[in-house]
Amino acid sequence: MKMMPSQPAQHLMACHHCDIVHKVPSGPPGAVAVCGRCGCELVRFKPKNFQRPLALLCTAALLFVMFNTFPFLTFKKGSLVHQTYIISGIYLLAKQGMPLLGALVALNLLVIPGLHLLGSLYVLVPVSLNRRVPGMFTVFRYVRLMQPWHMVEIFMLGVLVSMVKLAKMAQILPGTAVYSLTGFIFVMAAAWASMDPHEVWSRWEEPS
Amino acid sequence: MSPQVFTARRMGWVSCSVCHLLCPAPPHDDRAEVFKCPRCGARLHSRKPDSVARTWALVLAACIFYIPANVLPMTTVVALGKVQSDTIMSGVIYFIQSGSWPIALIIFVASVFVPLLKLLILVFLLVSVQRRSRLRPKDRTRLYLLTEAVGRWSMLDVFVVTILVAMVNLGALATIQAGPAALYFAAVVVLTMFAAMSFDARLIWDVLEE
Repeated sequence: MKMMPSQPAQHLMACHHCDIVHKVPSGPPGAVAVCGRCGCELVRFKPKNFQRPLALLCTAALLFVMFNTFPFLTFKKGSLVHQTYIISGIYLLAKQGMPLLGALVALNLLVIPGLHLLGSLYVLVPVSLNRRVPGMFTVFRYVRLMQPWHMVEIFMLGVLVSMVKLAKMAQILPGTAVYSLTGFIFVMAAAWASMDPHEVWSRWEEPS
Repeated sequence: MSPQVFTARRMGWVSCSVCHLLCPAPPHDDRAEVFKCPRCGARLHSRKPDSVARTWALVLAACIFYIPANVLPMTTVVALGKVQSDTIMSGVIYFIQSGSWPIALIIFVASVFVPLLKLLILVFLLVSVQRRSRLRPKDRTRLYLLTEAVGRWSMLDVFVVTILVAMVNLGALATIQAGPAALYFAAVVVLTMFAAMSFDARLIWDVLEE
């Protein structure tokens, strides 16, 4: 109002849901700071190092490769055995004249989780070593934007529903991919729960 | 009501929508010029651009797609020459009749209840913002957060169809094909997700300062 700001303020933040300006709060890991006006979460405090999220992300990368290459579900009825892979479902959708739907599923299940994982590693490895790599803040922006489109956990619920649906028809055997997919979901959730995105952003220094 | 609240906009700041950096607001709100966050490169806007109009457009499009998504078949089962088509609701009814009501409940909540609830909440929020309502802004913000968090789970049925198509592909014996509703339903989910993203919760609070 009286004094117009001219520089970005790293010690202040605005509530994302009601625009009130706060001082960036601090607190012990596990605590949550909420906005005084709308009551929404402002900051969730987490440990300031990246050892644990990095270890979990490496595990997730391994599991990601596993659920994409190992057999997923096996359909067994008498002597008839039909093995499927995650990719084969997407391929069949596209072959049945639903290429758009196949593309959407591939995006939510393979492309976005894969890019999300690569992007997170690209940013977090140098950050934990106190180094800088070109474009790391831009990459981290895309990682944050991809988050809602990362739908592996919803797919897992879909697997359970389909197994119940097909149980009357035949015997359904879960393969290695199902177990690695389950592991991937928990490891990914644990990685993001133990990581403070603000700690990544705070490594930024204003160009002078 | 005393308008002495310090919002970023009033103090000449713009908060980056991705990395939350408080940046000095551009000198004039010119549409032609693009201001980017110096830290992450996201476009800076004091409020999401054309939030109400864009959200209305996406909500209406989703409402239109919601009809074929529920009326047309989601899956078509061809088993030993018999053809059976299932819509979302008939799938739910099948699960109730066969006794697995927890699965019926999951499908009903994810595919029927959540998309409908989300559309209703967004319409309510849009109308309340356009009528400049000052009623219970805190609760309306909560409602908005709810629609944002819960919308993705509607993709469940699309994934179920994908898995069924992959699993039951046994030539003449039995095949399951994805019906046209699967695509319409996926469109509803994606459109409502974009609609929730284009709505700006700060509009709920802006009226209180006048």
